[in-house]
Amino acid sequence: MSHYLYYPGCSMESSAAAYRESLETVLGPLGIRLEEIDDWNCCGATEYVGISLLPAYALIARNLALAARQADGTRTLVAACSACYLNLAKADHYLQESRTLAANVNSALGAGGLAYRAGSVTVRHLLEVIITDVGLDAVRAAVSRPLSGLRVAPYLGCMVPRPDPDHRWTDHERPRELDLLLAALGAEVVDYPLKTECCGGHMTQISPAIGFELIRRLIAEATRLGADLMVTVCPMCQMNVDAFQGETNRHFGTHYRMPILFYTQLMGLAFGREAREVGIGRELVDARPALARIGLPVPSTAAEETPETKAARIEAAHRRRQALPMPPMPGDAREEGPR
Amino acid sequence: MIVQEVVPGRGRTGNARFLEEVSAATAGVSRLEMCIQCGCCGGSCPSAAEMDHTPRRLFALIRAGMRDEVLASNTPWMCVSCYHCVVRCPQGVHVVDVMYTLKSMAAHQRAYRDATAPDFSRTFVRNVEAYGRSFELGLTALHYLKHFRLRLPGMAPMGIGMMTRGRLGLRPRRIEGSDQLAAILRRAKGLEDGS
Ligand code: SF4
Ligand code: SF4
Repeated sequence: MSHYLYYPGCSMESSAAAYRESLETVLGPLGIRLEEIDDWNCCGATEYVGISLLPAYALIARNLALAARQADGTRTLVAACSACYLNLAKADHYLQESRTLAANVNSALGAGGLAYRAGSVTVRHLLEVIITDVGLDAVRAAVSRPLSGLRVAPYLGCMVPRPDPDHRWTDHERPRELDLLLAALGAEVVDYPLKTECCGGHMTQISPAIGFELIRRLIAEATRLGADLMVTVCPMCQMNVDAFQGETNRHFGTHYRMPILFYTQLMGLAFGREAREVGIGRELVDARPALARIGLPVPSTAAEETPETKAARIEAAHRRRQALPMPPMPGDAREEGPR
Repeated sequence: MIVQEVVPGRGRTGNARFLEEVSAATAGVSRLEMCIQCGCCGGSCPSAAEMDHTPRRLFALIRAGMRDEVLASNTPWMCVSCYHCVVRCPQGVHVVDVMYTLKSMAAHQRAYRDATAPDFSRTFVRNVEAYGRSFELGLTALHYLKHFRLRLPGMAPMGIGMMTRGRLGLRPRRIEGSDQLAAILRRAKGLEDGS
């Protein structure tokens, strides 16, 4: 068992639940033990740095400091979410590069009784750990149900292969890691030219039309290449391509149905786990027809539903609710809930 | 894009030290002074068509000290942090980090006319400061309600789909060390305002 410190990140607990569930099923077969950082906080995504620099770096550095304090036997900190990986790796890099930043960040950490010496943990992405430390031979050895006949478009998005401060990836724009992994699972890997193009990031929130165009390009190209589904490493990419695909179709009057799963979900399936155990069914664009086509057993809940009956059901639900239920926000009396 | 000649030193608020100021406020070493105006950044940029100035032009404006034009530009807000320009820039300029610096300057001085993007970041940050974790549902719902009210009905199926598939927490989570985190962030803000 190789042992690593682990930073999950916020989306693993909500929108990317399928990533978390499937990740848990592949660690054993790969001989990886992940030790979660106690009481980690949000990495700030791409938002905090755009508001104020020093608090943003202090926010990230609290996680690095907690990791360094917890480090026992390993000082490698593994992240699975792209934005988290980028933020942690970049912060450590800049803290080494700029003494002023390091001094200020440490002064801030001091207010919470913490300190961090730049470079004391090594930040790596889970996919790269699987390729480099575990190795593709071990992956192949764990495959009990090859994904033969499944045409997949590997999609990494931006923030894993770029900016790559520690030079860990084969290429910044056409890296091969994900292709190799998917091929090791027996899948047919499409040469997807947009594999590191942008999913729009937060544009679906702040400038929807721009976000939808970036999503449209991705799903149109995957469709044109005859992919059954896209495979990603990034919670943000998955969310944009999957959850915003309906809205993208509405915006352009198109009818794309391109499912997108996490690489760990396909690993879990190839390692013989059941679809439900690896979070299949959590995606909004149903991946089950594609999986069923290559003979994988998939749960049939709502699978008999045709697009038309589904649209009618959603329309009815929509008329009932009229809008999203409003969540509690900071300052509300009812905000706190059980964890 | 509006094509217009950039004349150094002729900005409405010429500010010779603006380049220095931006560079110093950027994480790590920005290398912004090293920009050779080659245009690789704009040529690699998926958002260039939406930007009022390409990144290259924006950096020329910074060098020319044209603070108001720079801080009013939509360019930093259209940047999607894809890092294409960063890995292609022959001078190793930290383009994305410079964009973040410009966003925070513009947000602090309320210099950018469209509040949608700064608002989104602020709501996100408020959640993180209060709980230590981000809260996707609260963020998206409130943000669409405030800025894209007309799109909300269209978004409802997605919100409901996410919820029935267990992908949206209805409540934010709070970390145990939220007081510790608050103390850290308070001091960080104090240091930033003081410097
Ligand atoms: S690619 Fe680099 S050097 Fe060229 S214009 Fe852009 S920032 Fe300047
Ligand atoms: S990081 Fe920003 S400026 Fe650079 S290419 Fe991407 S969107 Fe354009």
